[in-house]
Formats: sequence, structure tokens, C-alpha cells
Amino acid sequence: MKFDVVILGAGPAGLAAARAACRTGASVALIDDNPAAGGQIWRGSALIDIPPSARFLSQTRVFDVRAGFILETDLHGAIAGSRLILATGARELFLPFPGWTEPGVFGAGGLQALVKSGLSVRGKRVVVAGSGPLLVAVAAALRKQGARVVGIAEQAPLGRILRFLRRYPAKLPQAIGLRARLVGVPYWTGTWPVRFAAGRRVTLSNGKILAVDYLACGFGLVPNTEAAQLLGCRLDDGFVAVDSRQETTIKGVYCVGEPTGIGGLDKALEEGERAGSAATGQAVRRRTRTGAFVRDLAAAFDLDPRLFDLAEPGTVVCRCEDVSYETLQPYREWREAKLQTRCGMGPCQGRICGPITGCLFGWTAGSVRVPLVPVRADVLVRGGR
Amino acid sequence: MIKIRCDGREIVVADGTSVAAALLGAGVARFRSSVAGESRGPVCGMGVCMECRVTIDGEAHRLACQTLCREGMEVKTT
Repeated sequence: MKFDVVILGAGPAGLAAARAACRTGASVALIDDNPAAGGQIWRGSALIDIPPSARFLSQTRVFDVRAGFILETDLHGAIAGSRLILATGARELFLPFPGWTEPGVFGAGGLQALVKSGLSVRGKRVVVAGSGPLLVAVAAALRKQGARVVGIAEQAPLGRILRFLRRYPAKLPQAIGLRARLVGVPYWTGTWPVRFAAGRRVTLSNGKILAVDYLACGFGLVPNTEAAQLLGCRLDDGFVAVDSRQETTIKGVYCVGEPTGIGGLDKALEEGERAGSAATGQAVRRRTRTGAFVRDLAAAFDLDPRLFDLAEPGTVVCRCEDVSYETLQPYREWREAKLQTRCGMGPCQGRICGPITGCLFGWTAGSVRVPLVPVRADVLVRGGR
Repeated sequence: MIKIRCDGREIVVADGTSVAAALLGAGVARFRSSVAGESRGPVCGMGVCMECRVTIDGEAHRLACQTLCREGMEVKTT
């Protein structure tokens, strides 16, 4: 299959890019590994509007991206595009504490995603923990679905959050609106989980021990930059470098949304519109935002270094291969630890433990390789590589 | 409504429900055993962490969080 524009990721940024590109009559493919479009934020929402002329390929995992551009997929074989727009979104940052691998501990966005895909939380006792504006949004959504939200543990101190809100008064109505839906739910700032015990008890750093059904815990977002890295796009401080037209350092490859800087929905929509226009030769609207919001958001919810010290010697750090904290301690860098302990060599390919070892040990995960995601051997062979 | 079976047990869910949501809703906590034999279940909910892998209709390592329930589906925890 060949298209003028191939968009990887059908979240808000990818959908905005598709809408812009389709205006010109260009042939557009929109690829996503989820069953439906919308990404995480619009999962299951009625707001999703796939342009009728775009080809939407759902539940399709891309395991290779080559110059040209050719994307190898598990479900539809090779897909070629003259232009490529990467709208690969972000994943959550998890941090290890005793018990974090027990069933019942989810990501914050993770539990919300499961609820959006049909899980009932009616009457369930939930603690939402970690960091970032997502926690409040998740807590409000869970409560709306009938969950008993016991409390929100936000690691950032209250003063920093208030200073951030004062600087962005446009975000205040949203913050107040969410808070109004959480009347009676404590918002413990400067607080985080220190243990999750069998029997589903979570201990918080403020000394509270709470019985829960679910702990929803995420410490912020990590950009999905693997496809960009495989293509050789330059990264700055972990984010994909783009020019004012969203083009990466590889000509014809554009990047939009969280991989260029964690900034949420408005930034994603604007960048998607710009990249879809640029990739189809239309005039590109001027940027209305600077990088200041992205930086201020990151600074407001900067992680307390004490969070990197919660694991006990036997606490698992790499969940795929069950590599413990004490097993990793003797190593100086990612590659050495990987070769000696198998840390990062399981099916998640270091997407979960890579950022963790970055926080805990200061390691930088190594190069990205094919296949980008685990695929069956027969699919790899059919892909012709 | 859709009927699936998990480890021989019938679970009835609404159309559009993911396998992960169906199993969790039915009280299944352990989706798989880790390499060291620990119990694991879904974490990220979005196809990244790979902790929700189950066997679906005989195919191993399917992600429960990215697979929708279909009538008659046979799911095995591993």
C-alpha cells in the first residue's frame, strides 16, 4: 500500500494531521495499534473524527520504519508514504516501590484506559498517586464512573503547583472544574506511595495506610520516540527536535504531540494541523505557543529525588525479566546491566524499565533496534527483512 | 452482550469491552506468571508494558488491553 502521507498514531495530534492533510485530497493512512482511534485522551470519545478519505488501519503495530518511507506492520505488511508524520504519543513513567508489581497497581492513565475500555470501577476504593495534572483528571473520571476515590497523592509540593497555576490563569477554570468534581477527596501534595502490600493496602509517605481495590499510580509521561530514533531523527533532551513546520532533522519526517515536548491536547492539535499542512504543501499556520508552557509544566511537577530511593534491595525494577534493584546496583551503565542481567531485554524492550533506570541510576538507554515491538517470527519473515 | 470464557469460566460483557477489562471486572487478578513466578496483571492499559499477556483462541502473548472481546473467545491466563 502506498500513500502520500502516512501518520503513525491516531490520537489528537495524528487526527489533526490527517484532517489537515486530507484537505488537499492527498492519500492519507492513519496507523494505530489500538482498536479505535482517539489515542489515550480521546479513547472511546465521541469527539473522534477520522476524515472519510483517510485510510484508518487499527490494531496495526509498526515494527520497522525505513527511509523512503516504508513502515513494516504486523497486520498489513509494508506501507509506504512519501511523507511520514510521527504522532506516537507518550507512555507513563512508573517508579518502583515495594509491591508495585502486585496485581491491583496500575498506571494512573492506565486505569483510566482500562475503564474507558469497559472496566467498571463502581464502588471500588481507589487511590490515585504519582504526579502531574493527569492525576486530578483521572480521579475525576473515576469518581464519575462510581469509584470511591480515597485520595490523590501528588508528589509535587503545593506551592509549586499554585505558582504554576498563577502563571497560566487560562488553566484555572479547568483546575477548579476538576476540583469541584472531587469535593471531599483529599489532595495530598508532597506525598507518594511507599509500599503496596498483598491484601491491597497502600502506605503513603505521609504515614497513611489505606485499604484499596486499585492503586492508580503514574509519575508523569515519557515520550514515545522509538520510531523517530530508528529513522535517525535528532533528539534534544529526550524529545524529537522539530523546526517551525514540525519537520524533524530527517527531511519528509514530521513529529507532533508529546514526542516533541509534553504539553497536552492543545499543543498536540496545533502541531498536528501544522504538520498535516506542511506535509501536503499548504501554508503552515504560525505557532501560537512557545516552549515555555512545556518547560513550566515539567518544572512544576519535577520529581522529588526521594522517589528514586523507594525500592528495597529485592524490589523488581525490570518487570519483564524480574531483575531486582540489588541486581542492578553494581553496574555503571545500561548496556552493561542489560548484557549481564537481561534488564530491558523482555517484551517491553526497556520502555518501562529504561526510563526507571534513568531516574534511579542516571543511565541512558541505548540505541533503538528492529523490531520496534515484539512480532511473531512468521510476520518478520514475511516482512522481507 | 458478549460471552467469552476465561480458564473455562464464562464472562459476559458489553460489546466493545477489552479482554483486560473483562477479566479484571470478573475478578481475575493474575493474568500471567512472571519469569520468577510472581503474579502479574495489566498496568499501562495501552499496549506498552506487556504485563497483560494472555493466550487468546490458542495464540500466546496476546495483549489483553488491546484486544476486544468477541463472542465465544477462549482466554487462558498463563
